[in-house]
Amino acid sequence: MMNQIPEVIRTVPLEYYLYFSTALFVIGVIGVLTRRNAIVIFMCVELMLNSVNLLLTALSAYRSDPNGQVFVFFIMAVAAAEVCVGLAIIVMIYRNIRSTDVQLLNYLKW
Amino acid sequence: MTSIILLSVFGIINLFVGFLKSNRILLPLALLFLAVVFGANLFNWNDTQSYFNNMLTIDNYAVAFTGIMVLSTLLLIPFSQRYIDTKDENLAEYYSLLLFSLVGAVMMVSYENLIMLFVGIEILSISMYVLAGSDKKSLRSNEAALKYFLMGSFFTGVLLFGMVMIYGATGSFNITEIGAAQVSADGVTNTMFVLGLLVTIIGISFKISAAPFHFWTPDVYQGTPTLFTSYMSTIVKTAGVAAFYKLMASAFAASYTTWFPTLIAITVLTLVVGNIGAVVQKNVKRMLAYSSISHAGYLLMSLIAFNERSDSSIFFYSLAYSTATIAAFGVLKLVADQRKDETFEAFNGLGRTNPLLAFAMTVSMMSLAGIPLTAGFFAKFFVFASVLEDANLMWLVVIAVLLAAVGIYYYFKVVIAMYMRPAENQEKVGVNSFTSFTLIFITILTILLGIVPALVSDIL
Repeated sequence: MMNQIPEVIRTVPLEYYLYFSTALFVIGVIGVLTRRNAIVIFMCVELMLNSVNLLLTALSAYRSDPNGQVFVFFIMAVAAAEVCVGLAIIVMIYRNIRSTDVQLLNYLKW
Repeated sequence: MTSIILLSVFGIINLFVGFLKSNRILLPLALLFLAVVFGANLFNWNDTQSYFNNMLTIDNYAVAFTGIMVLSTLLLIPFSQRYIDTKDENLAEYYSLLLFSLVGAVMMVSYENLIMLFVGIEILSISMYVLAGSDKKSLRSNEAALKYFLMGSFFTGVLLFGMVMIYGATGSFNITEIGAAQVSADGVTNTMFVLGLLVTIIGISFKISAAPFHFWTPDVYQGTPTLFTSYMSTIVKTAGVAAFYKLMASAFAASYTTWFPTLIAITVLTLVVGNIGAVVQKNVKRMLAYSSISHAGYLLMSLIAFNERSDSSIFFYSLAYSTATIAAFGVLKLVADQRKDETFEAFNGLGRTNPLLAFAMTVSMMSLAGIPLTAGFFAKFFVFASVLEDANLMWLVVIAVLLAAVGIYYYFKVVIAMYMRPAENQEKVGVNSFTSFTLIFITILTILLGIVPALVSDIL
């Protein structure tokens, strides 16, 4: 069963994975640039990371090379660490200003 | 590898020492640990070794840059004295995070595989997100942490996307194999490769705060507690530029013509934005932030030169820049803590009240501006000399020299405030003897490297 998974992945042409992941990535980028809520921005960043994960898995299956899938684990672990720190920062800010709107924070100007 | 292991272990030990009631032991302990790491690191000189299936290689390049970064941290933490005096309860965590983030920095200069580059960047960045927000009650620090975190993780995603595209085109994460891979000149593979290359450059440019990806730098640097700002502008930048050069030299040497125009545009823009931006600042910390952007531009110039002198010129520039920046931020921290003011006016009359601080600040400003007899002069000289090996790049050096002249203006605003402006009932800034000793040491190092640069300029 396990050996068949790469073959199942390969039934869809590589270009499709490429376009799909790029589309997800671009949606994430647009979300980061247009949203105002820190948590939604953060979710868009996670979407970007996951589109990369998807592409890595597809590429790795196409090349029959495990390196790509190992990288996926690294990305997941690092993303988890980033979530810890990021949510802690957002909670800290929420305690101080009772909001997670990034545009309310504009104390740093010249 | 010894330095990575030692830094991790020492970081954990430091964390546990934090359970003790006394904060006084933490600073000597952290200094001792860093000194041990600095010494242990030197033992790897001329002894190239690979670890983890060739994912990390400790060669002379890695040892040299690890040396700079550990030395910078060593010179920087004596300025944390005030946290000890005010009995900050999280002091042990700050030192541990500095040690842990150094692990990431060491990985960034010794990676042989893009996975290790990514993990290194993240270890460094995640620690810095925490340290940027370490002043929990201050809204400025909160804002800096949030901006740094959101922008940092966004550009981490961008960097990853680039790495994956490169993997898709070449089928490997190993930078030597990427360099050797044959990419066909047209078709999807080539598009992926070029896209991956450019997006990776964007991702790393953010980390070293090169324009147009510098927009976070002034805000984050200003909001972050000064001690950690100086860490960001020295260690993070050194590691970023060293990683950038290593990536370009090993993986993308063959595609030089593809990335060269992009990098030239980034460099010129960085030099202009950094130097012009610094001129209009009223806040010294913000001015130093823009100055660090401009120095990223000078560092990128030796990347553009891309010849056998690039690595030693990056090494010398990083060393000169780090020492001068640490002294500048250190004096700024002492003055701003005492006078509750970070503008140029805070420095008024410092030459009369604190001759030592004023002198150290003057030397560091001269070094950052590139005045002869300081390390900064030879740093700029080596960079320009390596760029000039390609005579077509004369125009770039001319622009850089003109902008360095602009730099003299804003650096000397601090010096003028210290010596020419009268002190209006300004008090003497209290400095303990250990911090003074550190400042004297940095000043001597800066002047020494400005007189005999040959001490370290040819070691790579």
